[in-house]
Amino acid sequence: MRRVNKDERARIAFILNGRAVAGDAEPRLLLTDFLRHVIGATGTHVGCEHGVCGCCTVLIDGAAVRGCLTLAVQAEGRSVTTVESLASADGTLNALQNAFRQHHGLQCGFCTPGILMSFTDYLARNPHPTEDEIREVLSGHLCRCTGYAGIVAAVLAASGGAPDTSRASINEESRSQP
Amino acid sequence: MKPRRFDYARPDSVAEALALLAEHGDAARVLAGGQSLMAMLNLRLLEPAILVDIARLEELDTIRIAGDMVEVGAAVIQNRLKDWPELTARLPLLARALPFVGHFQTRNRGTVCGSVAHADPSSEIPLTLATLGGEVVLRSRRGLRTVAAADFQRGMLTTAREPDELITAVRFPVQTGNRVAFREVARRHGDFAIVAIAASVENAVATARGAAVVRVGIGGVADRPAVRRIVIDGAGAAKSAFEALAWELEGYDDIHASARLRRDLLRRVGPAVVEEALQCAA
Repeated sequence: MRRVNKDERARIAFILNGRAVAGDAEPRLLLTDFLRHVIGATGTHVGCEHGVCGCCTVLIDGAAVRGCLTLAVQAEGRSVTTVESLASADGTLNALQNAFRQHHGLQCGFCTPGILMSFTDYLARNPHPTEDEIREVLSGHLCRCTGYAGIVAAVLAASGGAPDTSRASINEESRSQP
Repeated sequence: MKPRRFDYARPDSVAEALALLAEHGDAARVLAGGQSLMAMLNLRLLEPAILVDIARLEELDTIRIAGDMVEVGAAVIQNRLKDWPELTARLPLLARALPFVGHFQTRNRGTVCGSVAHADPSSEIPLTLATLGGEVVLRSRRGLRTVAAADFQRGMLTTAREPDELITAVRFPVQTGNRVAFREVARRHGDFAIVAIAASVENAVATARGAAVVRVGIGGVADRPAVRRIVIDGAGAAKSAFEALAWELEGYDDIHASARLRRDLLRRVGPAVVEEALQCAA
């Protein structure tokens, strides 16, 4: 049985973006704070800290989860993947990141790392989602800049899909009204 | 915010978990997916002395068909059950309800039994379990017992679980028909339901004049799921049944909605859900 007392700092080790990492943590330390403050991987952002905003989304064993609702000690021995893994070593953006750039999928960028990680998992399961499916996954995130339209367009572009024209025509109509 | 300090234990077996719960009782909290518990810890609404992490217990990570029941173990995450190939055939109502549970990202970690243990009155899984007449399996060092879903949830975040007990599984009765519907009203898809309504047509129960009997479950209005059988024996039957239910259940005020809005939604959405279930091809 793994047992860590409340005042004890235990050695926590896991695989982060393909590399073994380790650091010391009390049981109560959240995975988000462990990544940012102990490991120094600050790509994962911290928003609401109660699972609503989705900024802290990371992959654990390939599945997109809330970093703020996960203890560092729960990630022990697991494979954790964060936004730092997406671009190449020379800084070249991957297809999903590039689509966000092309389609105005971000403005301030605070929510972006979490959204990228959610769709990294989702597109691996469903490579050609519909617009409705994309919007459903996106419902797990809050973005205060983009109004989401750019994000949906970016994910559609990255997955080779076309925007829903019925929705687009409704937008055209509403735009043409005085 | 950050949680207060607590001890952390990750037992290697159910037996070890039960020993920890017997030792610590009320001071312990069981951690499975943590999608409700961790938020409550971060907000310091709870301050347990010790967390007992059961997420890695393989003996609890099973979905199995046991007689006329589907038994879902305490480590099974919601997305795994949602993607279970047998789900639509065996439990069509649950197949309709699971997409409303939280978000894709929280279902990747949140467990089926954790939703039942947490007992939020607006929560979809306890609502579905109660509507189908399922049961909860509880184990402690004292033994094993099963409790009907209707008796398990006692009120807002309150259940019949004793402090030394672990929910090891929940059991959903396999459905014989597939005429079901599930809808909910929430501010954003995946948020807490203001009102959630489940309906399942009972094929086995046929009345003399050919009226349909529909089992309905209502979440988010009372302090626990309300399950009723209603007889649809003519136009307006569903409307008057939900009118009566709205007064009976009263509803509650919170940050998401007033009691009055909850009652109004129940009156308007309820008959539509029953109609949708009746329209399903048998």
